[in-house]
Amino acid sequence: MTDVRVAGVGLTPFGSHPERTGRDLFGEAALRAFEDAAVDRADVEELNYGNFMGALAEHQGHQAPLMAEAAGVRCPATRYESACASAGVAVREAVRTVAAGDADVVLAGGMERMTNLPTDEVTEGLAIAADDLYEVRAGVTFPGAYALMANAYFDAYGGSREDLAHIASKNHENALPNEYAQYRKEVSVAEAMDAPPVAEPLHLYDACPITDGASALVLVSEEYAAEHDLEASVAVTGTGQGTDRMALGDRERLARTPAADDAADAAYADAGVEAADVDVAEVHDCFTIAEVLALESLGLFEPGEGIAAAREGVTTADGDLPVNLSGGLKAKGHPVGATGGSQIAELTRLLRGDHPNSEHVPDAEVGVAHNAGGTVASAVVHVLEVAE
Amino acid sequence: MSDDGADATDASSPTDREYAEWLDALADGDGFAIVCPNGHGSLPPRRVCPECGSPDLSREPLDETGTVATYSVVHVPSPRFADDAPYATAVVDFGPTRLTGIVRDGGADDEAPAVEIGDAVAVDVGERATDGERLVVFRPAGER
Repeated sequence: MTDVRVAGVGLTPFGSHPERTGRDLFGEAALRAFEDAAVDRADVEELNYGNFMGALAEHQGHQAPLMAEAAGVRCPATRYESACASAGVAVREAVRTVAAGDADVVLAGGMERMTNLPTDEVTEGLAIAADDLYEVRAGVTFPGAYALMANAYFDAYGGSREDLAHIASKNHENALPNEYAQYRKEVSVAEAMDAPPVAEPLHLYDACPITDGASALVLVSEEYAAEHDLEASVAVTGTGQGTDRMALGDRERLARTPAADDAADAAYADAGVEAADVDVAEVHDCFTIAEVLALESLGLFEPGEGIAAAREGVTTADGDLPVNLSGGLKAKGHPVGATGGSQIAELTRLLRGDHPNSEHVPDAEVGVAHNAGGTVASAVVHVLEVAE
Repeated sequence: MSDDGADATDASSPTDREYAEWLDALADGDGFAIVCPNGHGSLPPRRVCPECGSPDLSREPLDETGTVATYSVVHVPSPRFADDAPYATAVVDFGPTRLTGIVRDGGADDEAPAVEIGDAVAVDVGERATDGERLVVFRPAGER
């Protein structure tokens, strides 16, 4: 086993790029990652690429060879699909490949193109991450599924729409200085409360936007980094993944996400850290309630206590445990198949000290990334640490 | 391909035999769950219990009424539910399994019915307003 270092990260600006092809988006992210890494493309031994709905959005299956071309690499290339955790699983397999000594350099990340479709088709496209027979045909939408979880949470633990509005407001505030964020505008708690409903109790500002974008990471072995004198101060020290029953209704508890519990337990054990060691987190806040569920699965808050974390200022930028300093999916945007890679790119920048919000976590040494698919039937957690 | 977006709403569901047969049974008042010797409930098709892997499965009738475990009123639908919104989705406990469907109370079409966690409901099969496709519906217990 070897340590896995993040040699370079690359992102496209997240936002609305309806005319840009997926291959151009991923090509841009990869180009930026190679510039950041100063790694020779010829040394890349694998490409692990995440994408969810390219077959619907671009009528393009078999995307991995295209993306290898776009990145200028010639190596085994594979597309990973795990709904909104597609890039998370792609990165996880890259981490495992390097850690096992099977490759010294892997390019990992993902891309999603969404805004070229009308909103109702995106709604339908996202719904295919749920159980078609027993959820989608019964009227469950993606926001609707998280709304079911939110009402179950309120019923089990208490909490209110206003608690959720504080999460939205916090993440919008965090996105203000982030040059890659889709929405760099403040949203007050009152504005979030007054927004129109999408699926009650979730309203417009509880939901992440529809986003185009790509992410890319150059992951290398510790030995390769040393040999090539790379600046790769951040290591991926832990990875974990969990799976749950696909349909929300089939879960034992509707207000918990045990797949993420399992992923977190495995990632912490892999890294040899505990929840209490975590200094900063990027979590999958596709909806505000999802941030709450993530924080509780990560062990950062007890069940029932995550709901108040933003309102009480614990997870705000100047709080004890800043969460989603990138702006999160909520404000930075959520190009589904790119998000898991984007979270690790942002955490890397935060830990290296070159993120516009690094000033809020100057002494951070341990970061955690939480990426979820569907209603968390899939979850991937990574632990990043400052290695030198 | 057409660019008028009609395909997305016109697409009828492909035949999924085991699901169609289960809906038929539900419509006949013979709704059932698949149950294993350990009491885990699930919905068809199953070769083994998804919780414990037991292949020893039997069909057990659903309880007459279920209890709403959670719900949401959906205002932004997918195209297939365009004419149904707003509507209330609920996840309902029926003994060893849960069902997901739409709550209907026979009231006004333009409003979702009031529903609360803990409400008792009966299950039935109804039609989507948008395209007539069959779907699981819940009605307040006693109204069926």
